[in-house]
Amino acid sequence: MPHRTFFKFIAPSLFVMLLFIALPILSVAYQSLFIEHEQILVEVENCGPFGCEKELRIDTEAMDRAMEESPMGRFNWLGTYANTSHLAFAEVGAIWRDSDGPVSALRAMLNLPFYKALIFTIAYTFIVTPLGMVLGFFVALGVNSIPRLLKGPVIFFSLLPMIVTPLVGSLVLFWMIDSSGVIGANLQLLLNDPQLSLKASPTLTWVTLFLYGVWHAAPFSFVVFYAGLQTVPGDTLESAMIDGASRWERVRFVVIPHLMPLATFIALVQLMDNFRVFEPIIGFSAAANATSLSYLIYNDLRGSETPLFGSAAATSMLTIIGVVILLMPVLIRTWRDFNRKV
Amino acid sequence: MKSLLRMTAAAGALLAAPSFAFADCGIESGSVRILSNDFEALHVVASGAEECASATVEVTKNQTTEHKNIQVAALTTNPATYTVAVVANNSVVPLLNDGLIRPLDDLVEKYGQSLEPTQLIRIDGKVMAIAFMANAQHLHYRKDLLEEAGLEPPTSYEDILAGAAILREKGILATPLAANFKPGFDLAEEFVNMYLGYGGEFFEPGTPNASIVNEKGVAALETMKAMSGFMGPDFMTFDTNAIKPMWEASEVAILNGWGSRASALIDTEGPAPEVAANTVLAAAPTVGGGTTPAATLWWDGFAIAKNISDEDAEASFQAMMHGIRPEVAQEYAPVAVWLIKGYEPTPAAVGVIETLKAGAKPFPMLPYMGVLFTAIGENLAEFMQGQESAEQALEDATQAYNTAAREAGFLN
Amino acid sequence: MSSKARSRSTTLVVFSTAFIVLWLIVAAFPFLWTVWGSFKVEADFFSRTDWMNAVTGPVTQARTGSAFTGAGYHGAWVEQEFWRAAINTLIVTVFVTLISLTFGTLGGYALARSGYRYTFWILMAALVFRAMPHVTLVSGYLLPFFQLNIWGILPTTIIVIVAINQPFTLWMLHSFFLSIPKDLDESAMVDGCSRFQAFRLVVIPVMWPGVITTGLFSFLLAYNDFTVTAMLLSQENQTMVPKIASFLGSTQAEGKVMYAVAAVVSAIAPLFLLVLFFQKQIVSGLTAGAVKG
Repeated sequence: MPHRTFFKFIAPSLFVMLLFIALPILSVAYQSLFIEHEQILVEVENCGPFGCEKELRIDTEAMDRAMEESPMGRFNWLGTYANTSHLAFAEVGAIWRDSDGPVSALRAMLNLPFYKALIFTIAYTFIVTPLGMVLGFFVALGVNSIPRLLKGPVIFFSLLPMIVTPLVGSLVLFWMIDSSGVIGANLQLLLNDPQLSLKASPTLTWVTLFLYGVWHAAPFSFVVFYAGLQTVPGDTLESAMIDGASRWERVRFVVIPHLMPLATFIALVQLMDNFRVFEPIIGFSAAANATSLSYLIYNDLRGSETPLFGSAAATSMLTIIGVVILLMPVLIRTWRDFNRKV
Repeated sequence: MKSLLRMTAAAGALLAAPSFAFADCGIESGSVRILSNDFEALHVVASGAEECASATVEVTKNQTTEHKNIQVAALTTNPATYTVAVVANNSVVPLLNDGLIRPLDDLVEKYGQSLEPTQLIRIDGKVMAIAFMANAQHLHYRKDLLEEAGLEPPTSYEDILAGAAILREKGILATPLAANFKPGFDLAEEFVNMYLGYGGEFFEPGTPNASIVNEKGVAALETMKAMSGFMGPDFMTFDTNAIKPMWEASEVAILNGWGSRASALIDTEGPAPEVAANTVLAAAPTVGGGTTPAATLWWDGFAIAKNISDEDAEASFQAMMHGIRPEVAQEYAPVAVWLIKGYEPTPAAVGVIETLKAGAKPFPMLPYMGVLFTAIGENLAEFMQGQESAEQALEDATQAYNTAAREAGFLN
Repeated sequence: MSSKARSRSTTLVVFSTAFIVLWLIVAAFPFLWTVWGSFKVEADFFSRTDWMNAVTGPVTQARTGSAFTGAGYHGAWVEQEFWRAAINTLIVTVFVTLISLTFGTLGGYALARSGYRYTFWILMAALVFRAMPHVTLVSGYLLPFFQLNIWGILPTTIIVIVAINQPFTLWMLHSFFLSIPKDLDESAMVDGCSRFQAFRLVVIPVMWPGVITTGLFSFLLAYNDFTVTAMLLSQENQTMVPKIASFLGSTQAEGKVMYAVAAVVSAIAPLFLLVLFFQKQIVSGLTAGAVKG
């Protein structure tokens, strides 16, 4: 296709992406290199319904002048990336120098907010993605073999974990797993442990979040795999049967290879989504035991009245880098496929 | 004569159609655009202001829980998207920091006759906001359960801990306490309350240097930890929404909860009438032999944007004054603890009023307090769960504060 | 698949049926529980005394004189005018889907048909774009949108959602187009069609199922979006999800939680019809062109 035609076709799509994603990413990347101007503080008297006090205030006029001179703030190069709230090079260095072994060093590193969040994020990504895909695959195999009439409703109910808004979905689930909720109370009965609470210990919180993640992610894999199953060539399956392949062998040697490209696609999407895990942490009030990179960003932007844009920007850039590293194998594969196509 | 006739006609029209939402707020013309949080007391105030709408006065409102996240951007533009920002003593700080709201002295002089002096939020002598309601965390206890255990109503955290031990010993309740210990806002607020109760200072005087790593900070944390021993195992997920049903299910006997939610807990027509009938509200407890309650006072009020025309500012102020006129406080007395003239505290307001009277301090309005508050909220969870020492938790919080404050330009 | 390939042993049928039943319970139970509970009062649905209260509804019985109450629905739809949010959602989802698909099919087609190296880099860039956390993006939009005076209105939100979802749409549609033989449009062009005519008259009719599938995902993304809609829409333009969030409020005061529960249940109902209606297309859609990674 000639360049001109190509450009005409892709223009609208490219335009919105550049305007609403690429431009913001660039500005975020640029912003992450700056910190705010030094605040000029003055002492003032401050009165309210409950009495008066002497307090420091920001001299807004002086600040306006500083902002006019350099609106982005003070240039900090990669300082924000290196500080304690992010990669914490100085602290990590000190920990490794002073520690008596890798285990205690790792433990000390987990006290740093970024690494604590990173560990959970990675664990979540690598546990939830494969489990969600496997579950989705088997559900797809199962649904594929039920009577046609039932398929519609079964597909709908299988999609529910994906389409109920997490806002209320997690509220209801959080309530259900409470020690006096329907799931929590029955688990206590089942395991004969009246003290059991899924919300209490770090381990159980992680397990709960993982299970929720799998539950929430499986429907996407299911839909895509289910659709893929419709295209498995019947004659290949038949010849495999004539060769005496068992049901499992047919799945293993015919169905799975056929679905491999689909699996790559799902893995790509799901790795990315799971790496940005955020909603369940808020929904399950799990921040005491599990934080993620997206949670850190959210906290920088929304947690305090004065948003830390630079810090959020740095964590966002690190998230993007993390995703690119995660997807590297897939990217290389796509590159090879692409070159073969060309 | 002519004007008198017109006035009588207008009065007659008002009398004839009392339900018709028309009010003479004395505004000639202008545009009033209100941005506020989304809860009932603010709906009352904003609807009051909306009554001022006329052919020449436009009144619009946007009431959303996201108001804090959009207010700075919305008031930065010129003209500002909103003329009125309804704020609390923490959310006004970013507007002050960026100089986005205007002094109200002349407007107060002109139209603020009905305001109480305590409603005026002065900064450097200038009125920057008008407060109209207050809130604080205060004590709730169960009369019947305490009597059953032979306990006097507690007035200090020491009483509470001793009482909790007895309630548990006597087998009355297994988890007699609850508190908002969810990391983030809730946990930070509990620490701030407790630390102030011990007489702690958050910053070295006259500087933005945090000073929470000290015995008072440790004592505050230890008291919180001791309390958690009398709570259910998932206390790290407790917030107001989680605690309410526990209270109603009679699992908890003593609670330091928000005044704004008290009316639901003493509502004898609510889901648990017997519990509600036995719920008593009182001032927030003291701690560590202190004399003032371990609590912070919060207010909700409004500020007027700077980047708008004087005409709109005047119209906005008048409309808001109509929204918080004394009749509102009388008519909607149960909705909030009003700071408005002529307000008669309802039974649900007792806790906040008592806490106020006992001399609790307001939540600090310092420009960098929000940064420390966030750092505290995110760094105490490990200590509360026994994974690190109190000193380490306070060190972590200070370090997080230092990093963030450096980025925000408060520290170097 | 032939009938022969479908035949299987009884144990396998039993096992597979049991698995699906189990899955359906796991997948649908929380929702069915919510549907049932939406007809109770808050004290029953969120009961700490006994979870059976959510099933039997003693407080609902005591308060309303019946074990079921439509109070949540009445509160949401009549008192809180949830229908306004529903209309806004309808507008947003329909336009997001239409625009996403228009942009996506054009772009996806070009990417699938052009052999130049830059197509690869555009696809890779799209992936990186998708990695950006939405909350950072949305925070960046606020100031410019306020300055341009386009904050709070539906068109802004629609175009932002389109843009944010464009990488996914583009990837998915691109993969569909790859599976459609090039000869199809090339022969049309030999017959005198322009590239666009070939695309519109020859390729799109074949692509219809793929478009429907991608459209369903676009629809669901717009339908469930919270980050964008909560921050970029003013109160009167709110869609359903932020409206539900406002029922929950910052402190879930005023007993409106049940409004949110009722609203969620009613918001799912149209999706049921949608999925039933498009079920055949979804399946045949992906049939036409198994997505390639």
